[in-house]
Amino acid sequence: MLREAWLPLVVLVALGVAPLLGFGGSYETTLMARAMILGMAAVSLSFLVGGAGLVSLGHAASVGVGAYAVAILDAHGVTEATLVLPAAIGAAALFSLLTGAIAIRTSGVHFIMITLAFGQMAFFTASSLAAYGGDDGYTLYSRTELLGTRLLENRLAFHYICLGLLAASWGGCAMLLASRFGRVLRAARENPQRVEAVGLAPYPFRLLGYMLAGAMGGLAGVLLANATEFVSPATLSWQRSGELLFMVILGGAGRLWGAILGALAFVLLETWLAQQMLHWKLVFGPLLVLAVIFLRGGLSGLVARHHG
Amino acid sequence: MTTQLLLVQALNGLQLGILLFLVAAGLTLVFGVMDFINLAHGVQYMLGAYLGASLAAATGSFWWGLVLALPAALAAGLVLEVLVFRHLYARDHLAQVLATFGVILFLNEGVKVLWGAAPLQVAVPPLLEGGIEIMPGLQYPLYRVAVLAAGVVTAGGLWWLVERTRAGMLVRAGATNAAMVSALGVDINRLFTLVFAFGAMLAGFAGVLAGPIFSVEPGMGDNVLILAFVVIVIGGIGSIRGAFVAALLVGLIDILGKSLMPDLMRLFLDASAARQAGAALASMLVYVAMAAILAFRPAGLFPVRAG
Amino acid sequence: MAEPLLRLDSLRKHYGGLAVTDGVSLDVLPGEIHAVIGPNGAGKTTLIHEITGVVAPDEGRVVFAGQDVTRFSLPRRVRAGLARTFQITSVVAGFTALANVALAVQARSGSSFRFFRPAATERALNETAMQALAEVGLADRAGVPAGALSHGEKRALELAIALATQPRLLLLDEPLAGAGPEETERLVALLTRLKSAYTILLVEHDMQAVFALADRVSVLVYGRVIATGSVAEIRSSAKVRAAYLGEDEA
Repeated sequence: MLREAWLPLVVLVALGVAPLLGFGGSYETTLMARAMILGMAAVSLSFLVGGAGLVSLGHAASVGVGAYAVAILDAHGVTEATLVLPAAIGAAALFSLLTGAIAIRTSGVHFIMITLAFGQMAFFTASSLAAYGGDDGYTLYSRTELLGTRLLENRLAFHYICLGLLAASWGGCAMLLASRFGRVLRAARENPQRVEAVGLAPYPFRLLGYMLAGAMGGLAGVLLANATEFVSPATLSWQRSGELLFMVILGGAGRLWGAILGALAFVLLETWLAQQMLHWKLVFGPLLVLAVIFLRGGLSGLVARHHG
Repeated sequence: MTTQLLLVQALNGLQLGILLFLVAAGLTLVFGVMDFINLAHGVQYMLGAYLGASLAAATGSFWWGLVLALPAALAAGLVLEVLVFRHLYARDHLAQVLATFGVILFLNEGVKVLWGAAPLQVAVPPLLEGGIEIMPGLQYPLYRVAVLAAGVVTAGGLWWLVERTRAGMLVRAGATNAAMVSALGVDINRLFTLVFAFGAMLAGFAGVLAGPIFSVEPGMGDNVLILAFVVIVIGGIGSIRGAFVAALLVGLIDILGKSLMPDLMRLFLDASAARQAGAALASMLVYVAMAAILAFRPAGLFPVRAG
Repeated sequence: MAEPLLRLDSLRKHYGGLAVTDGVSLDVLPGEIHAVIGPNGAGKTTLIHEITGVVAPDEGRVVFAGQDVTRFSLPRRVRAGLARTFQITSVVAGFTALANVALAVQARSGSSFRFFRPAATERALNETAMQALAEVGLADRAGVPAGALSHGEKRALELAIALATQPRLLLLDEPLAGAGPEETERLVALLTRLKSAYTILLVEHDMQAVFALADRVSVLVYGRVIATGSVAEIRSSAKVRAAYLGEDEA
């Protein structure tokens, strides 16, 4: 499996050396940070979709919960990472646990729709938080501090923190899927009846998987809030959930690392197109359609095929 | 809150429900018959509204706009079906969600290019201006009454079409067992195309009707789409009857929630906090209802498929 | 007489006005192969659903190893030692044969809520799984994806999975369905081998196989057990002939 994953490793290494090769400016690092953070969210979604077979159309909500936790704590003067991180991740995990407990009772298209509905609830809740900007969003006073230091303000430090956490998310999800726990999830994706017939009920496994993915989404949300120093309901919109799903599919849902490629390709394409023309979505939309129709197995599928 | 205001809001809720039904009917048929999730159904509603608005402006008559917009919406549906959707029937729901998401991006941007980002205003046709007295001293806009009536008539027609005609029989059979219908020698692909185009036209019709009530703007279909999905999931996917009941339910919950919630919240909170919390709760109410219904009836209120 | 391992106590299930199982009572004794036969529509599928926990009976009890399991879910019954196979083969097609069995082994041994170690490298799991595969003659196919196995091999794999749950009772739902003559021969030989080690409740259409394998046979007709007895008794029972083979009682 690692032999097949040379491309994402190259990508991670490239992201690692990019700042040293003249791509260390504010513009480039901001772009890369966005790609890496969305990559983390996409990897955790790929864990759900490709691993557990849970196609969530509300994953942006857990990212948003993490981001809003940063904003809310910021408004109350709490910016210490040792407090912010557990609170944000815990909030996202709790949100996923509570919504997952209901959503996972359903399956197929109902699951897609009910996760969408929960995402919308989170979206409207965020829109109504007038104390934290309401519809307009909330600008952070400062980035999260680490043990009192303003480490995250440092462009390079932030870059490598994002990179490290992206690599860790990938490794963590891969480890989970390979474990006993992940084996049950994967088996239940293909054949839940079989899992029951060996004496295991899929529900608690799926719920825990859903919660873990939500927690990882929350972590991505913390980074996203710090990267832009701004949080708004748009972070939780269903369109953002759709974009995350697209990153997973563009990269190839069958491979976790596909999500990293997908996120990178998505962010670069979006940025490049937006520079070329005002109405870039006129091109982006059809590209998305074409990618779904013709690029089966995603980018990672292409890579894997060429390496037979 | 007076009884009169409550009555007006209830009528508004029913009228939103009727519009939702027109959008949801196509969505639920397409989903029921073809097992196809079409996120782009909302932009077809938007397209209908734009077509109606600009054709009305061009001809100087709302009615000509309506009459011309319907075949135009139908044609747009056909074009989308041939270009995009046809290639997705055999794919999984995930692929369908994403490809139709791409269509949304394209069309939302497309109307911005053609009509600009600013909302269009559509005038109420002169014939339906003014109000009628629904209670002593209580006027209700005539146009909204007409929308309600048009929706109910369409719903009746649709019911007749699906329950009483051969085409409808095939559609219902297709929803339960596509392979069987295929085996009977019916060209299932043509049936799919027809159902699809027809659904697009219904959504377009809802869009034209909505023009004078809501503002016509890019992205107007997105919220309607999500609500329409809530409707078909609550109603039971593939069920016209379910869509009708659920659409009215969702319309009423949404409108009444938005007008009652802030008042209700004032029992616990001060005025400004109550307004905010109330608005947030009201927006969430339909989703809460959906989650609650799915928690107890995972297949919706009127499940079509057994099991 | 030994205490029965599985006792069905007047199971009744109605769908609308139709009684699909109409007071079915049946005992499976430790060590025996007890076969249930019956024409189509006799209620065999519903009976299996009731035994495995897919469908709850309206009335009656399922007692397994002295424990009332009537309200247990399928996974809980399996953990209690009631393993089953499916009429339509049910394996995880994307897993290797070995991983399919190892899944069952891990369900039995320790918790499946383990997150760090790759399951595929757990020697204890793999060794136990290999034993089960060897027991059904699939040892040399361990690395093949289950989806790529032949029909007969999938049948055997399903048996291996069931064996790996360390069952006290095997419920086999038409294990010969869809098998060709050669595969049938091989599967019957396999079941004959298992016969000495396991208690089996066999629901099967293939009369020849049933008469070759079973210690006792129960005949289910229209939701009722009309006769239970040895193969010889069932073969010579006029009642069974009449109901089952469609011959006149006279």
